[in-house]
Amino acid sequence: MTQLDTSDAAAETLKGGPRRRRVRMTGRGVPLPLLVPALVGLAFLLLPLIALLVRAPWRSLPSQLTSTEVWQALQLSLFSATAATAVSLVLGVPLAWVLARTEFPGRGFLRALVTLPLVLPPVVGGVALLLALGRNGVVGQWLDSWFGITLPFTTTGVVVAEAFVAMPFLVISVEGTLRAADPRYEEAAQTLGASRFTAFRRVTLPLIAPGIAAGAVLAWARALGEFGATITFAGNFPGRTQTMPLAVYLALQNDPEAAIALSLVLLAVSIAVLAGLRDRWMTTS
Amino acid sequence: MTRSARRTRRTLQVAGAGAAALLALSACSSSDDSSSSKSDSSASASPKMSGTVTVFAAASLQESFTTLGKEFEKANPGTKVTFNFGGSDTLAASITGGAPADVFAAASPKTMAIVTDKKDAVGTPATFVRNQLEIATLPGNPDKVTSLKDLTKSSLKVVLCDKTVPCGAAAQKALTASKLKLTPVSYEADVKSALTKVELKEADAAVVYKTDVHAAGSKVQGVEFPESANAINDYPIVLLKNAPNAVAAKAFIALVQSAEGQKVLSAAGFLKP
Amino acid sequence: MSNLRTTAIEGTDDKGLDAHLIVDRGTFRLDVELTAAPGDVVALLGPNGAGKTTALRALAGLVHLTDGHLRLDGAELDRTPPESRPVGVVFQDYLLFPHLTALDNVGFGPRCQGATKAESRAIAAEWLDRMGLAEHAGAKPRRLSGGQAQRVAVARALATRPRLLLLDEPLAALDARTRLDVRAQLRRHLAEFEAVAVLVTHDPLDAMVLADRLVVIEQGSIVQEGTPADIARHPRTDYIAQLVGLNLYKGRADGHTVTLDTGPVITTTEDLQGEVFVAFPPSAVTLFRDRPTSASARNLWHCEVAGLETHGDQIRVDLTGELPLAADLTTVAAAELDLHQGALVWATVKATQTHSYPA
Repeated sequence: MTQLDTSDAAAETLKGGPRRRRVRMTGRGVPLPLLVPALVGLAFLLLPLIALLVRAPWRSLPSQLTSTEVWQALQLSLFSATAATAVSLVLGVPLAWVLARTEFPGRGFLRALVTLPLVLPPVVGGVALLLALGRNGVVGQWLDSWFGITLPFTTTGVVVAEAFVAMPFLVISVEGTLRAADPRYEEAAQTLGASRFTAFRRVTLPLIAPGIAAGAVLAWARALGEFGATITFAGNFPGRTQTMPLAVYLALQNDPEAAIALSLVLLAVSIAVLAGLRDRWMTTS
Repeated sequence: MTRSARRTRRTLQVAGAGAAALLALSACSSSDDSSSSKSDSSASASPKMSGTVTVFAAASLQESFTTLGKEFEKANPGTKVTFNFGGSDTLAASITGGAPADVFAAASPKTMAIVTDKKDAVGTPATFVRNQLEIATLPGNPDKVTSLKDLTKSSLKVVLCDKTVPCGAAAQKALTASKLKLTPVSYEADVKSALTKVELKEADAAVVYKTDVHAAGSKVQGVEFPESANAINDYPIVLLKNAPNAVAAKAFIALVQSAEGQKVLSAAGFLKP
Repeated sequence: MSNLRTTAIEGTDDKGLDAHLIVDRGTFRLDVELTAAPGDVVALLGPNGAGKTTALRALAGLVHLTDGHLRLDGAELDRTPPESRPVGVVFQDYLLFPHLTALDNVGFGPRCQGATKAESRAIAAEWLDRMGLAEHAGAKPRRLSGGQAQRVAVARALATRPRLLLLDEPLAALDARTRLDVRAQLRRHLAEFEAVAVLVTHDPLDAMVLADRLVVIEQGSIVQEGTPADIARHPRTDYIAQLVGLNLYKGRADGHTVTLDTGPVITTTEDLQGEVFVAFPPSAVTLFRDRPTSASARNLWHCEVAGLETHGDQIRVDLTGELPLAADLTTVAAAELDLHQGALVWATVKATQTHSYPA
């Protein structure tokens, strides 16, 4: 009976039915060597956020937040993080598939290269993007002379910078899910007449959807907080390339209270979005 | 005893090298603080000079102060000068937050005011150099920029510093004074980023400090512009109240203000106060 | 080359499967020739690692042939990708797509072949109906029992109207009870199937019930081929003999006596000359604790009990010694003999219960 119960619950969460699953493990069951570091870890992660709340200029907050620059920056942040996530999905999921499902010499090396933007200081990433896609960059000069496209100092540039930094998170997450998924489902689809692409689209993609969702959320969160690569590659212009983290950083220069207020807005919005997505997408598995 | 005597002589040498007028200034600031027991030894003939001097200085001072620090250490064996270079605002914030520093050299009176307003400084800050704005253009000045007005041409991609940082505030002041309206492609977070954009040829011009143009060497070309007279930036320096090594700190300030110090600073493109 | 192809196209009456599968995998080499007429059910039987599944995957196109050929109904398939082969596969653990209902699983193939969503669903519904699964059409695979899932897998493979149906251990994932039912049903479906079916199994019973012809593979090569009855009666390797429950020996016959390569002599009913196999079932063996005085001295060996194993209501005794053999006793007899590991016994077999045939 219990077995039936759990499979029902799992089936329902897959369908996106009841969203909350009751946590069955009680505090009593957590061994001390796990509980103590877990609590310390939690405190370590939450303490700076709590400090932000404690020191927030609550009284002047409403006036801080009514400025159009704040809303512009917030809008731009949400738009560009979402666009960067979309770019990461379109390019990153196929890349993850190639890394997980094909064999070719130097694949391990390539995989390491893909994760490079994770260890690269974002500012260096921004400089690298300028050297590649800037007006005078290796590829950028052709974009400029052939199509009249220049990416730096544009909103597109913001999206490019954010995607550069965020995509590895998606690729790693999706590749991991793909490796864990049984490749024989793709074979089964092929024997039923599906081309490799159809097999990917109609079988693999739905199977790894939770992994893709998790990766997309990670990428989105990373893109939303992106600072270094963005300010280096796209510059800082209100309404066009000034995202929330840039606004926060610049506010910090001469008005720390405003910076805290802006940080709170960014924090509140990200928590709302992430919590919403987590409930909807990430309860599976 | 011989050691301490020798040290004293060295100190005297350094003090002697300093310009008399500046010495007077330094003495003046110390006399303000005469109530404190520490400052008794603040006279140039101080016998005890050793340990570390911690200097918080604006990023634009990095090269010249590093040179001066080495000279100071050479002239005063047993001392060590450590620097913390950064944005003046950030530095001011960490000083008021309790960072253990001896000297603060800021890129603008406004940022210095953050520290003096909190009564973290000893005496009145002294202006030791001034920095003038300059236009950094691509090498060879292909766009024939000669004035601030030229930058308002829409075909040019210009980057300014953000208004929240000193170079941006100064540029804004110059623009306002000359009744010009300039829309840049970006308000950069600091002067180095603005300069980098020109160095990488992403922007055609940037309004930065003379010293920054100087430091960038041949990668950019500096263009002096008449409107910059309206926005000359004073760099104040001050001894901090909670200085762990006030004696040596004062000597370092004296060195900065001395003829020798000024020579190093002018070589980097700074103007005399 | 062109000559070959012309023959292939002209020979449209050349129906069925004609394959020579050669696959190199490191030190392992599969080299198997398979032919079958439409309507045939061929079982590939063999121990683990013999290459059965590799052969199946090569037929499906999931493994490239190193050499050899593959023709189905006269068409060359060597270089055809799996999705373009008229081949249906029932995988060992079925591999039903977990995110699709039974109906959409079965409709997947027709849909890939170009049917509209409605058409493919109609086809799928018909197949599920034929399998007696109409009321489970909307169920996801995780809700299906093992037997139901197996039938959905068969329906999914058949819905593409394959000219070659491949089944990989189709009953291995089922418990003994379900297995009986499903085996009978599968047998019916295979009998109705008009094209070639090849199934892989390591279970001789499945092979014998489901297939018209057995192909036994060991270490990548065919060791024996024939009807189930033929193979059961005349096993040619230890593996097959064990599989069909026979003691099997190879030796040189001279009239009614066969001298085994290892020394012992077996008296047989058949009168043969030269290389032969001798086989007898474990039930033909009688054991004694003391040397039987009444029995003729022929076919009497002194052995040691190496192991005991319950086998239905019988006990299978594994013997070593002069002649390694298996003997089946009733539990009562085993108890009376006080058999245990290491016990010494005398084993006899009547000549009339042995069976010998040329090697």
